[in-house]
Amino acid sequence: MKIGRIWIYIALLVLTLFYLLPVYILLLTGLKSFAEADLTRMWNWPTQPSLAAFAKAWDKLSPNFMNSVYLVIPATLISSFIGSINGYVLARWRFRGSEILFPAILFGMFIPYQSILIPLVRFLQSIGLYGSIPGLILVHVVYGIPITSLIFRNYYASIPGELVEAAKIDGASLLGIYRWVMLPLSQPGFAVVAIWQFTQIWNDFLFAVTVTNKPAQQPITVALQNLAGSQIIEWNVQMAGALLAAMPTLLVYIFLGRFFLRGLLAGALKG
Amino acid sequence: MEKHPLNPAPTISVPRVVERAAPVPRWLRAIKEVRHRLESGLPVLLITPSLIAVLIFVYGFIGWTVYISMTRWNDVLPDYTFVGLRNYVGLFQTPRFQADIRNTIVFTTLFLLGAIVVGFFAALLLDQRVKGETFWRSVFLFPMAISFIVTGIAWQWLFNPQTGINLLLKYVGYPGPLPRWFTDPTILFGVKVGAIQVGIPVALIPVVIAATWQLSGFTMAMYLAGLRGIPEELREAARVDGASEWQIYRYVILPLLRPVTLSALIVLGHISLKIFDLTVAMTGSGPGFATDMPAYFMFETTFRGNHFAQGAAIATLMLLMVAALIIPYLRYSLRRETEL
Repeated sequence: MKIGRIWIYIALLVLTLFYLLPVYILLLTGLKSFAEADLTRMWNWPTQPSLAAFAKAWDKLSPNFMNSVYLVIPATLISSFIGSINGYVLARWRFRGSEILFPAILFGMFIPYQSILIPLVRFLQSIGLYGSIPGLILVHVVYGIPITSLIFRNYYASIPGELVEAAKIDGASLLGIYRWVMLPLSQPGFAVVAIWQFTQIWNDFLFAVTVTNKPAQQPITVALQNLAGSQIIEWNVQMAGALLAAMPTLLVYIFLGRFFLRGLLAGALKG
Repeated sequence: MEKHPLNPAPTISVPRVVERAAPVPRWLRAIKEVRHRLESGLPVLLITPSLIAVLIFVYGFIGWTVYISMTRWNDVLPDYTFVGLRNYVGLFQTPRFQADIRNTIVFTTLFLLGAIVVGFFAALLLDQRVKGETFWRSVFLFPMAISFIVTGIAWQWLFNPQTGINLLLKYVGYPGPLPRWFTDPTILFGVKVGAIQVGIPVALIPVVIAATWQLSGFTMAMYLAGLRGIPEELREAARVDGASEWQIYRYVILPLLRPVTLSALIVLGHISLKIFDLTVAMTGSGPGFATDMPAYFMFETTFRGNHFAQGAAIATLMLLMVAALIIPYLRYSLRRETEL
């Protein structure tokens, strides 16, 4: 029995090695100098670990990093708020057609965005938002409606009906119930949705690469990908840049992981 | 259906008892009537902006794309001359698209297999009352928090034939020529069909491994939640009946996890059909389109080549694939929910 337990831990360790390997190699290469980050010595420790590659990567990527910040904060806030309103309505109120509306909205989160990209680009060009961060904010808010509404709907459905009934008897209106009953209880729901949207928007590449065209407007994922396309590939700078780009969502994951997991499972339609 | 717990029927009417008790002035009743109407219309009003947005940006734009796919718009300037299914016919005759179909099928199959096996195995391990479960779980799940671009960059470096994994293989004295990973144009079990070799492109294997690395945490989380949902009494009962631990897993637990597997397959499967960022960062089209994907072809032909109608046709086919998977799933999930 004891020996069996040991094998469980060995298996866990092997899996852990597999999951940590890419991060290890990013960090290792990022700490090297340009000369040392070479193909034949990839696994060697840097003789003089330094943050020079990180500094250089930050130098190149910081404008795009900031673009991502200016994109992700308003987009997350707005789409969380919209999701909260929709979720409230979908969870608490039935009206004619509401049972058809919900799946029709949900379908929007599964579609391949390729199937809307061409009209989307034309549309953004026509309203003058193409190639801009506000344009990307609009895109993420709109295509975030299904998932944010879903998570909030499931969350509000879990709030006991008695609370709502009690508020109704006290004469609270629909908006009053939202403002005084639901909203104060919404913090965990907001945490799940905001973390989900933050991660999705920060990591998005498809919208970023099709909606922005000038390097100055591009979010971090596109700039990072372009870094690999330059003539001489500075592996150390590229790996350091990859780590920098991953840092915000990784930090959120490390500190708020349980909310992240709930968003993940909600995406599989499990309430 | 009418009154399931997730969707209580709206009862917004104020008790009328009060009104009957004392005669209410007509103007007050009128105000109440207006307020009542506003209240019952308010849910619809609140959700209308979102509905309009989804209607236009999802359904309207899909319709527009489908229409573009049937026009002659294969240049910079829009040309909405209707040509029927000509773009689709042309697409299926293009070797690159034929390779895309092969790659999508092979990639999806191998990736789902990898994610299910690794995720289930990890969940089983975590279900053995191990010490430090939170730590292990966090490690297995963290790749879900980073972007496909970062994943692609890291794994591209690891699978670079001149370094990375191959360097380790050299250290341990790997016999024979080192694998060429994503630069290898070989198609395993290749059978020539039309212009392409049908089989398993070797170059796809590193992409499958990277995708499994990134998304197997999701299956792990789903399976772990599933395992935790199985009441201990059930296992206990099987044990009392003399079942071995292995038999318990085989005959009690696995059958109960079938819905979890289905959900995981569909969620990951639809991601796999749309895979784009990962191949962009890792391999692009690969040697002889060995790692090309419909999403990448669509992007290049539309936004680099200005073949808008052809791009729209690829997009429409992608949508049909995803819809074939997702629509039955949505119906199944929502029906189960209302039956609760």
